[in-house]
Order: sequence, then C-alpha cells, then structure tokens
Amino acid sequence: MTTESREAPQAAGVHSLWRLRGYLRPYVWSLSLMLVASLGGVALAIGIPLVTRAIIDGPITERDLSALWPLAGLALLLGVTEAFLVWMRRWVQSAAVLGLETTMRRDLYARLQELPMAFHGHWQSGQLLSRATTDLSAIRRFSGFGLLFLLINVVQLTATTVVLLHMYWPLGLVVAAASAPIVWLSMRFEKRYVVISRRVQDEQGDLATYAEEGAVGIRVIKSFGRSEHVSAGYERAADRLHATSMEKVRLSARFWTFLEVIPNVAVVIVLALGAYGVGRGSLTPGELVAFITLLLSLVWPVSSLGVILAMAQEAMTASARILEIFDTEPSIVGGERRIDAPRGHVRFEAVDFAFPDTPDTSVLAGLDLDIAPGETVALVGATGSGKTVLTALVPRLWDVTGGRVTLDGVDVRELDLEHLRSLVATAFEDPTLFSMSARENLTLGRSDATDEEIDEALQIAQAQFVHDLPWGLDTRIGEQGMALSGGQRQRLALARAVLTRPTVLVLDDTLSALDVHTEKLVEEALRRVLADTTGIVVAHRASTVLLADKVALLQGGRITHVGQHSELLATVPAYRELLAAEAERGPTGPTGPSGTGLTEGVPA
Amino acid sequence: MSTPQDSRTWRGEAAVDADEAAERLTAGRLGGGSRRLLRELLSPYSGALKLLVLVVLVENVARLSIPYLVKVGIDSGIPPIRTDDDLTPLATVVALVLGATLTQAVARNRFLVMQGRIGQDVLHALRRRVFRHFQALDPQFHDTYTSGRVISRQTSDVDAIYEMLETGFDGLVTAALTLVGTAGILLFLDVELGLVALLCFPFLVLLTNWFRKASAASYRVTREKVALVIVHFVESMGGIRAVQAFRRERRNQEIFDDVNDQYRRANLVAFRLVAWFMPGIRLIGNVTIASVLLYGGYLAYNGDVTVGVLAAFLLYLRQFFEPMMEISQFYNTFQSASAALEKLAGVLEQEPGVPEPTDPTPLGRAAGEVRFDHVEFAYVEGRPVLPDLDLVVPAGQTLALVGTTGAGKTTIAKLATRFYDPTAGRVLLDGIDLRELAGDSLRDNVVMVTQENYLFSGTVADNIRFGRPEASLDEVVAAARALGAHEFIEAMPQGYDTEVTNSGGRLSAGQRQLVAFARAFLADPAVLILDEATSSLDIPSERLVQQALRTVLAGRTAVIIAHRLSTVEIADRVLVLEHGRIVEDGSPAELVAGGEGRFAGLHQAWADSLA
Repeated sequence: MTTESREAPQAAGVHSLWRLRGYLRPYVWSLSLMLVASLGGVALAIGIPLVTRAIIDGPITERDLSALWPLAGLALLLGVTEAFLVWMRRWVQSAAVLGLETTMRRDLYARLQELPMAFHGHWQSGQLLSRATTDLSAIRRFSGFGLLFLLINVVQLTATTVVLLHMYWPLGLVVAAASAPIVWLSMRFEKRYVVISRRVQDEQGDLATYAEEGAVGIRVIKSFGRSEHVSAGYERAADRLHATSMEKVRLSARFWTFLEVIPNVAVVIVLALGAYGVGRGSLTPGELVAFITLLLSLVWPVSSLGVILAMAQEAMTASARILEIFDTEPSIVGGERRIDAPRGHVRFEAVDFAFPDTPDTSVLAGLDLDIAPGETVALVGATGSGKTVLTALVPRLWDVTGGRVTLDGVDVRELDLEHLRSLVATAFEDPTLFSMSARENLTLGRSDATDEEIDEALQIAQAQFVHDLPWGLDTRIGEQGMALSGGQRQRLALARAVLTRPTVLVLDDTLSALDVHTEKLVEEALRRVLADTTGIVVAHRASTVLLADKVALLQGGRITHVGQHSELLATVPAYRELLAAEAERGPTGPTGPSGTGLTEGVPA
Repeated sequence: MSTPQDSRTWRGEAAVDADEAAERLTAGRLGGGSRRLLRELLSPYSGALKLLVLVVLVENVARLSIPYLVKVGIDSGIPPIRTDDDLTPLATVVALVLGATLTQAVARNRFLVMQGRIGQDVLHALRRRVFRHFQALDPQFHDTYTSGRVISRQTSDVDAIYEMLETGFDGLVTAALTLVGTAGILLFLDVELGLVALLCFPFLVLLTNWFRKASAASYRVTREKVALVIVHFVESMGGIRAVQAFRRERRNQEIFDDVNDQYRRANLVAFRLVAWFMPGIRLIGNVTIASVLLYGGYLAYNGDVTVGVLAAFLLYLRQFFEPMMEISQFYNTFQSASAALEKLAGVLEQEPGVPEPTDPTPLGRAAGEVRFDHVEFAYVEGRPVLPDLDLVVPAGQTLALVGTTGAGKTTIAKLATRFYDPTAGRVLLDGIDLRELAGDSLRDNVVMVTQENYLFSGTVADNIRFGRPEASLDEVVAAARALGAHEFIEAMPQGYDTEVTNSGGRLSAGQRQLVAFARAFLADPAVLILDEATSSLDIPSERLVQQALRTVLAGRTAVIIAHRLSTVEIADRVLVLEHGRIVEDGSPAELVAGGEGRFAGLHQAWADSLA
C-alpha cells in the first residue's frame, strides 16, 4: 500500500544552476567583498604558523629576546585581523544570501499565481511548497557557502602545499600525496552517499504515507478494527527504513574514519621524517612545528570538499526543480479588450476541451450553447460529464482546446483577464475559504464593498450566522481559524460570489450541503439576484433546476437538449434518469451514470 | 519592497497551538516529559551506552595523546639523532603515534557505528510506538488533535530527532571531552603556560552562554515566521482556483511579500548571531595562541619549557577551539529535536478515552441486539446531547434515525461503535456492556460506514479486503458482485488490481461509496451503522447505492442516519430525535400515514423538493 509516485530524479547539471545566476547580480559587490575577505583569511591562516616558526627559530633558538615582542605582536595582529575578516564575510554574506533567497521565493510565488489551473491540476501544493522552502534553502546554502568555500578550499590547498614544498620539499610531497586519496575518496563517497540518502528519503516518504493514511483514515480503521493490520504495514516500512539507515550509518562511519586516519598518518610520516631532518640539520625545529600546524590546517578544507560537492549536487537538482516552474509559461494570458457596457451574453461556439494529461479523451466536443443576457441556464449531466469545466471556461480558469467562448460577442481570450474575471463570479461546490477574517473572505472579489452590501449578500446566502461568530465579521475563519460546517462554508462562498455583483454568476452545485429548509430560503433570494444577471447553474437536484429559465442537458461532450424541466422530464429518458424523482423510488435497472437511450434529437 | 499594511485583518486565535507552547517550554532545555521519554527509550541500551562511553574515552585519549607524542618526539627524539645518530627513541615515538592513530581510527569507527545503531534503534522503537499509540487513541482525540498534527508528529518531529542523532550527539560528546581533556593535558604539560592558555575559558563561557540564549530566542522567531510563509503559500496554492477566479493575486502577493520579508529579517537576525559567534570564538582562539606564543616563547627562552611543549600547546589549542565552532551548527538541531521530543512525549502521555477491558467477556458471532440502557452523553460537561436514552434495536431490524443537526443522531452511532463511552448508563450488544468487550470482538460484530469513504492507497481489491484481510480474491469479487460494483471495477484498466490513487483509478463518489459498502459486506458484521453514508451522491449514484444497500442490510441489524429520506424508506422502523430525545417511533408508513407528525412534515418537504 505504498505510493510509487515518486518524483523522478531530475537530470540536473551545472547548466540549470548557471541559468539562475541573474539572481546574484545585485550582490556582485557583496560577493566580491566576501571573496576578498576569504582569501585574506587564507593568507592569514598560513601566516600564523609561519610567525610561530619565526619565534621558535628566532628568539628561542638564537636567544634573542628583543625579537619576541614584535613577533608576538604580529601574531596577535594577524589573529585579530583574521577574526575580523571572518566577521566581515559572514556579515555581508547573511544579507546577500537571504536577499537572494527571498527574491527567488517571491518570483516563484508570483509565477505560480500566474500559472493556470492546467498547471496546478497536476501539482500538489506539497510539491510546490518543497520547491519554495527546501529547494530554495539548498540554493541559498550553496551560493552563499558552498560556492565560496569550493573556491577558497582549493586556493588554500594549493597555497599551503606550495608553502610546504618550499619549506622542505620531501615533506611537502608527503602532504601532496596524502591529499590525493582524500579528494578521491571524498568524491566517491559523495556519489554513494547521495544514492543512499535518496533511498532513505524515499523510504521516509513511504513511511509518511502510512502515517498519513493512519491519521486520515482513522475512523475507517477504527470502524473495522484494523489497527493491527495497518500497524503491521507501517512497521514493515519502518523496518526497511531502519535497515537502509544502518547502511547509511556504516557507510559514513567508514568514510569519516578514513578521513581522519589519512591526515593523522601524514602527521606520523611528517614527524618521523621531519624530526630526522631536524636531527640531521636539514630542517629547523620551528619549521617542523609550522609544518605540522599547517598540515593539520588542511584537514578541514580537504575533507569538506565531499560535503561541498554534495551541496553543489543538491543545489543543481534544486535549481532544476525550480526551473521547471520558471520555464512553464503562463498559458492563460489576458488580451487587451474591455467591454464598456457588459450585458452578459454568453456563447459557447463549437467548444472542444480535453485535459492536458489526457489529450485524446475529449471532455467537451463541439459544444454549442447560447445564454441570452439576464437568462439563467441550469446545466444537468452525469458525474464526470464536464459540467464544472464548462463553467470554468467562461472566466478562463481553463481555456478551450477548440472553438471559442464569447462574452457579448467578444472572444474571452481577447479580453483583459482581470476585467473578464471581474465580470464573471463563481461559487464553487467545495468552497475555498482562506485563513483570514470572514470579511476579507467575503470581499475577496470586491474589496470596496460596504457593510450594507455585505449584509445584503449574507442575507441572500442565508449566511447571517457570521454575525454570531465571536468577533462577527472580523473573526478569523478557514484552516487556521474557526471551523465552519460544510453548509456554512458553501453559504459564505455564495455570499462572496453574489457580493461581486457579477454580470455572469456561476453556481457550481453550490447548495449541495444545505438542508431542505435553508436551501428553499436561499433559492428564493437567489431568484431575485438572477432576475437581471446571466446565470449558469450546475444542478444535481430538481429543486435547483427550477432556479433556471431553461435547462441544458450535457452528455457525450455536448449539449444534447435544451428546454424546460417538465418538458425534458417527459420526453428525454436520459434526463429522467438523472433527475426524476419517481426514479428514486421506482424499480430501475442497474444502469450506470452514463445513461442509455439518448438518441432522439441528437445529431450524429 | 514590503508593504507597511498589516497582513492581519482578523481577530481570534489561530487555533491555540500546543506545538508552539511546547517550543516555548523548551528554550534550550529538556522538559520533564521529554526527559522521561528519553530515559524510557534509552533504558534498553544502558549496557551498550556504557560500552559507547568506554569507546569514546579510548578514542579521545588516543586522539589527545598525538600532540603530546609529537612533543616527546621533538624533545626526546631529535637530540639522540644529533648526538649519537641514535634513531631508536624517535622510532619508538613514531611507532607510538602510529599506534595511537590506528587506535583512534578503530575506536572512532566503532563509536560511529554503535552510536548510529543505538540512534536508529531508538528512532525505530519511537516510530512504532508513536504510530501504535495514535492507533490506540480514541476518535475523539483524533477529532480535536486533527490529522495534520498527527502526521507532523510522525514526520517532521521524528525527522528532527533523527537529525540530532545523526549529526548532533557526536559533536556534543567530542566537544565536551576535548574541552576537559585538553585543559587537563595543558596543565599537566606546564602549569604556568597552561593557566595562561586557560585564561580564555571565562570568555568562552560568556560568549557561548550569550549565544545559547540569543539563538534560542531567534530560533523561535524564525520558526514562527517560516510557519507564516508556509501557511500562506499552501493556502494560496491549495485555493488557487478561488484566487484566480476572484482576482486575488495582487493582494496575495502583497501579503506574501510581507511574510516573506518578515522571514528574511528573522533569518538575518539568526545569521548575524552566528556572524558574531564564530569570529568571536576565532578571536578568543587567536588571542590565546598569540599569548601562548609570547609567554611560551619567553619561558622557552629561559629554558623553562622545551620547544616540544610549545608545539604541543599550539596543536592542542587548535583542537580546543574547533569543536566550539561546531556547537553553533549543532544548536538549532538540538533545539528542534528537543521541541519535537516534548511534543511526542505529550502525545504518548495521552491515555486512550475508551480503554480496553482488562478481563474481556468473550463473544463469538453476535446475534445483533443493540440496547441503550438509560444512556447519557455529553461532549461538554453539563450540556448533555443525550439526556436519557432508552432504546432496544432487536437483532435483524433496520432502524433509521431522523432529526435536525445536533439532535444526537451521530452521537448514537458513535456510542454504538464505542468511538465514545457514555457518561452514564450502558450500551449493550447481545446483553453485554460494550466496555466489557475486547476491541477485536466488538469490531468483528459492529462496523460503521460514514460518508468519508476513505480509500487507502493500493488496489481496489486491497481496499475491499480491508474489511477482512484474509479474504481470497474470489471472496472479494463475490462481495463486489453482490453490491453491483463488479461491472465498473472490471471496466477499469487493471480491474481489481487498479491502484485507486492512480489516474486510471479515478473513482466517482458513488463508486467509492460502493467500494466502501463492499468492504463492509465482506467484513460481514452482525450490526452495521451507516452515518450519512449516502449524502453527497448524485441521483444516479444514489440509486446505485440504494440498490446495494438492500443486499448489505439483509440478515443483520442496521442503524441508518440520513438526511435524504429516500434512504430512510428502506427502514423497518424510524426514530425521530429532537435534542437527544425520541419524539416519534414507528414504521415509515405508519408515521407518514399519521400526517401530523414531524416525520410526515419532513416527508412532505422532501417530496416537494423533488418537484
């Protein structure tokens, strides 16, 4: 019972990271400053052991106390400067990398808001979120830290090796020879580590799926007493994760051990050869001490290469994932035209529609429908027949794949998008409320609405309960706030749509969660609103159908019948199948939702 | 860039958050709950932990001995070469250093593996325990705690602990041992010079203490701000349809820019703390080194210390300050791990509201008589939903409950399935108090189907089999056939093996409900409870389900709650409830025939709505 739908690892390269370089531009000066500070730090890190050497070989060996003070003073100066440079680098870096991250996140969000439903339909918000958080942090870490240290470490490694070779070349060679296996090992380790880390991550994901099912499905699990069954599944996955994690532990234990052994072995060799050299007089004691100190200062730059490379890999993958979004052009872009005196004449002309992931299965095919200004049409059709998509074509939440939708004779794709969406308002079946005040949720589409207008809209939607909330209209609702029932949410969503005073009002099965009594009251009020507004009402119940001036039956991707409810009920069996009251009680055949016998009046 | 506008226009708390409280509690220290939990988790490993301490001591002794041996090499290995051309002393020292190096390597490797094993075992035990505990907790707990928190306890919180075990422990242990060990050795090498070197100690303590406190505070702010970003992000993406339909993009962008910038500023504070701390440590270290050079140089000049001692000092000081820097990295990991531990401890301390009986009454296949004996139930004390319910449902009867929202219908269902226990009175199955039945024998006999027909990931067959995991495929198919679900399942791309979460397996609400019924049918309980199981279906789907229901209900006791009266029609008996009391009781036909009662009124309104 695990999900196999993992995101395929992206073939990421330096290329994708490079493409985001534009974001570094505002920080060129900061980056240069950081680089200079870091290189200065390298020089100082090499300088301090050299001063040590001078002290040992000078004042101590030569017995010249007067030279001690200035040399110790120099060591202090170098030490303080080094600390200062570290401070400066970190200080500048903080502002720069955070600025970078924040700007990228901002742009990501802006782009995501522009992208149409066709995009959002196949992305879960969790996947988008991980791009806006985890992936951006990976890029931030690499661009602020990894990139810098990749450079610095290489510089430090080279410079120190040169100094060591210069000081006493046989020992210098030992050091150079020791760093080769470390670099090689680091890179090899990094590759295997990435593979195993990914496996751990995937298995953690599986476990999370079990945890989620165990939580969301708890009532079903309890009802059937299947806790044991579900726990066993979870534990199998936990066992797998445990085994893989141990593999990871052993791998990194091996690596870190080697990483420490190699420089220590180098110290042993340097000590042996160096002390011998000092004994033979080819090396001074001060040089030997400086040598060992410098050698040890190389341990971190060398061993961190693996970590930094892993970081780079991570950043590349992350930037590829982010570019997936930046590279998706918003396919629904507004035109220029505006309608000065909108009347609300909606026409569907030979409209085709197919979802992008199933382009061969058309949902709507050659659909025609004309809704006169002020007229209200009820859309009736089986589940999955495309009623909701049909209504979403008007405000261009989706675009047609063929044909066109016009509003007052203008193709909706030629209209300014904001303008179009201010003319068309939709109350959705599953209403989305945001974690903000009830007022802000209501005025979502019209922020300048007055309290009187809000009251009126609440009245129409029978949503006066809002006034009884602890802080009235200012009470926070939605995910993070007061919990409302399904019916209450639907009524608020309806009030929100009504409040925008649209030219075209779409009600997508908005009243499904209301009880019979409330539904009746809402319908009476809605009738007044719909009197002078063009309405498209998706209906599953006869009672809702009666709001409309006419009914359109949607089946097989087109409107097959248009007429009055009673008329269709009497003459169209497919319609009767969908809405007839007596059919609910009568002995009906076990036909599925896609009814039969609907040939009459249907052009072939 | 950021807008001065306040992004908050609402009042009221954002669902008083136990999580935040837990984080506040553990500003850098472990609370009582987490200490207890940690002790419990570690107790099976006390032997292994002792061994671990031993290994870590060996490792650190070996590691700390290396600079000392370098000193011996310089001081005692070099002179014999100069004077007698004698390599033995140097060779001995080199052999010792090599030995120490290898000992350290082996000990290090053992330490990492052992630490990893203990950590992974603890984590594994914790995961299992938390999952089982959540499974054991009653639905009431789950209702108030919400699934989101249940999930994040098991994912992000466990991950935080994982992270600490993976990276943190080692750093902390090594830092502590290095600190103590180095100080000791320095004093041993030369008391005077050692004391000069250790002058840095108070400064280190001050700096670290300041950092600990400041970063605890800033960590909290950062967590809060990132939560704001996440909440806003998820909400706008989850509700993108409404965002676009109501042209909310611009305002959303303003709010997002604001929270995004708040997050940036919080992060900046945190980063700049580190920007002070790290160079601070470096400064103390470098000043110490310069002082040691000065004073040590002077002592060496006077012949009070050897060059070897001076070299050893410099090497030790390097080792001394490096782990100190790592503490800052480790600090946030530790913070989030301890907050996570506190939250998990809180959950694990939660007792199930419906405890298992210690000495359960055995029950095989029940006949199915359900009885409410003077049952009182209140969600909030003093406000009973059911004041005094007396009801007998004879075995095999189909009972429908009707009434307005809040009349107590769902409560009755939840009491009959023992999702809750009554505050007074008894609920009995075949004359046995439900509280005396083992959970398993109760669930074998009483099953509830609700409108949230949750399907688990996996195939259609898996989902039907959930009712009886040991059922064969033939039995699964037979159940599906009995409910008329066989046809549409066969028509799917892989038939019964179609994954329900894949796009090929998209099921309509009606189809999902049929799968849920097939599941219940396969479980074959003596008592079946349907709580609004048929609402939210369109008419053709409802008709499909209606047909199936007659099959499912045959030969068992059933309690049906529905606001669609079409579902009620198949009942033998209807109860109309009002404020937890039975106001009408009779067969549907009788009640309608009366013409005056509430049921008759409801029936009329329903008939009207069908137009």
